[in-house]
Amino acid sequence: MTSEESTIVEATALTRLPSARGFLKPHRLALMAVAAAIVFCAVWFLRWDWLPEYAGRLANGVVVTLLMLVSTCLLGFVLAVPIGLVQVTGPWPLKLLAKGFCTIIRGTPLLLQLWLLYYGLGSLFPQFPAIRQSFLWPWLREAWPYGVAALTISFAAYEGEVMRGAFAGVPAGELEAARAFGMSRWKVFRRIWLPRAVHRALPTLSGETVLQLKSTPLVATITVIDVYAVVSKIRQMTFLTYEPLLLLALLYLCLTALLVLAFRYFENKIPTRSA
Amino acid sequence: MAADPASLIDWGLLALDPPGWGGVLLAGLMNSIKIAIGGYSLGLVLGTGGAFGKLYGGPVTKDLMEVYTTVVRAVPELVLILLLYYAGTDLLNRLSAAAGYGSVDISGLVAGIFVIGVVQGAYATEVIRGAIRAVPSGQIEAARAFGMSPLLILRRVTLPAMLPHALPGLSNLWLISTKDTALLAVVGFSELTLVTRQAAGTTKAYMLFFCAAGVLYLALTLVSNLIIRFIEARARRGWVTTR
Repeated sequence: MTSEESTIVEATALTRLPSARGFLKPHRLALMAVAAAIVFCAVWFLRWDWLPEYAGRLANGVVVTLLMLVSTCLLGFVLAVPIGLVQVTGPWPLKLLAKGFCTIIRGTPLLLQLWLLYYGLGSLFPQFPAIRQSFLWPWLREAWPYGVAALTISFAAYEGEVMRGAFAGVPAGELEAARAFGMSRWKVFRRIWLPRAVHRALPTLSGETVLQLKSTPLVATITVIDVYAVVSKIRQMTFLTYEPLLLLALLYLCLTALLVLAFRYFENKIPTRSA
Repeated sequence: MAADPASLIDWGLLALDPPGWGGVLLAGLMNSIKIAIGGYSLGLVLGTGGAFGKLYGGPVTKDLMEVYTTVVRAVPELVLILLLYYAGTDLLNRLSAAAGYGSVDISGLVAGIFVIGVVQGAYATEVIRGAIRAVPSGQIEAARAFGMSPLLILRRVTLPAMLPHALPGLSNLWLISTKDTALLAVVGFSELTLVTRQAAGTTKAYMLFFCAAGVLYLALTLVSNLIIRFIEARARRGWVTTR
């Protein structure tokens, strides 16, 4: 199950960068010349004079995108651990609940969930005076809590399914050995089961994070000003069709590459037994 | 205003006939399914070509395929959809204008299928490439030794032998493509998510309509899962089970 999950994630999210070794081959030089010519044409013939004016806002947008990514991944992972664990050992009502949650969230588009939370709950909340008077109200009138909630729920569902496979895949002998040492259930979980499961889930985690980065622009549809929203704004103000979009694609390419590099760094830090 | 649950839900809004919006939602669902099927089929064709290009193509083909799959897998679908939707229609318009036909009107359906297909093609390339590599190379070499032409090998050996390996990935791509159609709402194509938002905005019954659309999407996924399970069981009927 875990290997199947990881192949699917690898197919839909970039998890490996081309290696630098053996990169320079004769035909690649020609291809790079063509690429350079295309880039030169893009710089020369397209309009980029708007760039300095909006650079500050673009940087802000990138920061908002990264904030969204990091916060929802962390929160989502914290939720994913119990969701995965419950499906492996929990009592059947909890098991059913977790499974239903994963099925529903994975079976509907994220955009719909986002709009359900923002427009649906957002229109429902003001009807309850208790909520309007609570200390949460100033936040509930903003858009970003709904974006964070939707992205977190989605990440928790996808990663929960991965964690289920990871928890189930930890060899039973290791857990039995821990119990034979007289560890309590909580200690077995904290010292053996969770670290081993996280270790098994790590390769998929990097792919899921890239997928999460690819879902963050959806929050722009509920008026969160991330980098996608900034680019949409630029397109409206400058009447340019392609240039801002090309820049946006380039920005996301760089962000993905950075993410992949960061994950590779951390994966190399973790010692593995190599046969 | 009192928050009485009974008064919040007006089931009449989901009626199929015009005062209700049920018919509109179902038409949106049909549009979504059409785009998903069209985009998925295009993606399969592109993916098969891409996988063969990556495995058996010359060095330039391999590199170009790598660039295609890398860019599509690293850039959000929403951005790709915008780029391809505007760039594709614009390019086609300019081409037809240059050829002297004047501007052509590209239907949203065709543009949507094209966009989803290009995105799915990159994912399918990776899935099919992995599946082909799982086929024992002796089988393909044997076919070559019999003097089969590359196309015949593709049709008789490689495709049938790799299909069981590719099915889990391909079935997931189908589920992804049904959900990716929702992104076309952003470019204004009236598929299920967009008509849901219009219905909800008009009637102010946001919860009801978004939940109804969620049920429709979920039903589509669950029905797909049933069919997928049947197809997988059939494709693996010759396999030795290790359980």
